[in-house]
Amino acid sequence: MALLWLRVALVCYTVGLLYALVALTRASSWLERVALHAAYLGMVFQFVSLTEGFRLSGQFSLASAHSAESVLAFLIMAIFMIVYLIYKTTSPGIVIFPVVFLLVFVACTGEQAFMRMLPGMREGWLIAHITLIFAGYAALILSFGSSLIYLLQERSLKSKKAGGMLAQLPALEVLDQMSFRLLLFGFPFMTLGLIAGVIVEEATYGRVAYLDPKFLLSILMWAVYLLLLYTRWSAGWRGRRAAYLATGAFAAAVIAWAANYFSAIHRFVRS
Amino acid sequence: MNFQLIGVNHKTAPVEVREKFNIPESRIPEALRHLQAHPGVDGGIILCTCNRVEILAQTTNGSADLRSFLGRHFQLDTKLYSEHLYELREQEAVRHVFRVASSLDSMVVGEPQILGQVKEAYATARALGAVQPHLEQLMTRAFAVAKRVRTETAIGSSSVSVASVAVDLAKKIFGSLKGKHVYLVGAGKMSELAARHLLSNGAASIFVANRTHERAVELAQKFDGEAILFEQLYETCDRADIVITSTGAPHAIFQPEHGALFLSRRKNRPMFFIDIAVPRNVSPEMNDLDGIFVYDIDDLQQAVSSNVADRRKEAEHAERIINSEMERFQARLQTLEVVPTIVSLQDHFETIRQAEIDRVRGRLGELSSEQERALDTLTRGIINKIMHTPMRTLKTAAREPEATTLIDVVRRLFNLENKNETKSGGAAGGS
Repeated sequence: MALLWLRVALVCYTVGLLYALVALTRASSWLERVALHAAYLGMVFQFVSLTEGFRLSGQFSLASAHSAESVLAFLIMAIFMIVYLIYKTTSPGIVIFPVVFLLVFVACTGEQAFMRMLPGMREGWLIAHITLIFAGYAALILSFGSSLIYLLQERSLKSKKAGGMLAQLPALEVLDQMSFRLLLFGFPFMTLGLIAGVIVEEATYGRVAYLDPKFLLSILMWAVYLLLLYTRWSAGWRGRRAAYLATGAFAAAVIAWAANYFSAIHRFVRS
Repeated sequence: MNFQLIGVNHKTAPVEVREKFNIPESRIPEALRHLQAHPGVDGGIILCTCNRVEILAQTTNGSADLRSFLGRHFQLDTKLYSEHLYELREQEAVRHVFRVASSLDSMVVGEPQILGQVKEAYATARALGAVQPHLEQLMTRAFAVAKRVRTETAIGSSSVSVASVAVDLAKKIFGSLKGKHVYLVGAGKMSELAARHLLSNGAASIFVANRTHERAVELAQKFDGEAILFEQLYETCDRADIVITSTGAPHAIFQPEHGALFLSRRKNRPMFFIDIAVPRNVSPEMNDLDGIFVYDIDDLQQAVSSNVADRRKEAEHAERIINSEMERFQARLQTLEVVPTIVSLQDHFETIRQAEIDRVRGRLGELSSEQERALDTLTRGIINKIMHTPMRTLKTAAREPEATTLIDVVRRLFNLENKNETKSGGAAGGS
């Protein structure tokens, strides 16, 4: 049943994906409204799917990969809605909807085990670790998205050819503020998530493997994230430079995630 | 319905002619009274703006001589102006009112003021009791049409002047203009206008620098701003978010290195340069700097003309809306004519029924309440059955042109006219 609800959610998000594709060529306030409502619905179905998965397995539902992606997608959507409530714009959706769609799509097809529980693993800390890190990821992705839209808007203003959907995008300063606030919002989650991860590792193995690729890459990602915040705050980096840096942080996050596949201690795949 | 309209507007008459027909606001009530007193006129509305003078009248038989009204009111010979005057009747008058209210007939198509002016003209006429029911219907419909046009088309959404395009662009960059500072470099008329627009959209303050400092001081005072010596331009410019240049300098006074300097002092917060000087005051290479946006007069004018083209396209859509509204209005008016007839027909039959019951009631003697009810139901049922078909026919006929004839026939057959007149004096018995 959980998978069925997830598929229904996927159908809802497809409307969002459609909006993202159409929005790049022309503005349609009608489609925007439909996409927004579909997204609400999608979130409801996804929430049902997640809780049901949790209830059935009797343990934390992150225990399989498909729900991991689903959780991430859900958190992204939740932050997207918060952004919408504050700024009354769906334009980050142009970037976010395809990402969410992809994540949910993968979640619908794959049914790999996500992580095996090892004896001695502290479940509470594990849940904290995963949720916090994912919230950080979600904020980072949204910040990245609004940086990209900043670039679009900047380019249209520089080329002096406003019109079409670009006329609907939020103002540059608003986008800039949005992506900075999202970064600020995500940073504590990311930091606490990493700390929780170290605690889990400590409790499970009795030591912390500082040289494990997962650990190193996570620290690298965290450092890029910090750098991003710092340059924005001190030098007011925005626009192209900020977007490049956000891309860097995003790439680091993806690599840190991918490290799961060759890390000795942090495995998604049951070996 | 008998609507008639006569007028002059910016398309048919130059200002020398339009001012001949101008009625100052304070004298409109007087003109309305004259209009109502004119033979054949039941009521009317007078719309007088700087671009048009129009008289919309509801007339008794659709053939009132509005030209002679104009001649008498303005004490002039209308024959001299016949090429400038237009006269519209019925459908065409309705369409014209819809188009005017929707700002399709305006000089700047889509400008929002006209609707307010029409509403005001309507309110003035209404206060004087010059608005008859049909005219009332027409005007309420016209306001609804104007609203539909505004919400369903983008006719009024784009800016069509250089100053308002500049404001739009500033909003695209800064979001809200609240707390933003404007720097006028050179104190021309155009830059003053742009500054006024920016201020009225929320900009916080104005700095002015001009070669002749006195002029800068003068302009700064006007806006409650701050005059700055021209020599200090480069030191102070980074305080402004929006810079409007209009000096007569023969070469660009802002070069990319200045831009880079401003940006580093501003921690990269964006700047918007509006360059309305020819030759240009701002080097176009400045636009390549991250966070600096430079628009020269050509860029602004281009935006204006593309917006004007957009409006023209939207106007076509608006015309289609008006066409469909015309049909709906027509149908509505005709139903309106049918409804009173149906009501008086019902009244007529009800009176007959009551009278008949009263007549036989004495002969029937004591009746139980059950019998009483049966009698009532029976008579009512008969009347409803009889009424059913004629009523349906009337309602369907309302949508056809023949409605008026049919209404006439029904009224004559049942002598409904007299009834309405004698109503106040008590019902005249039926049988």
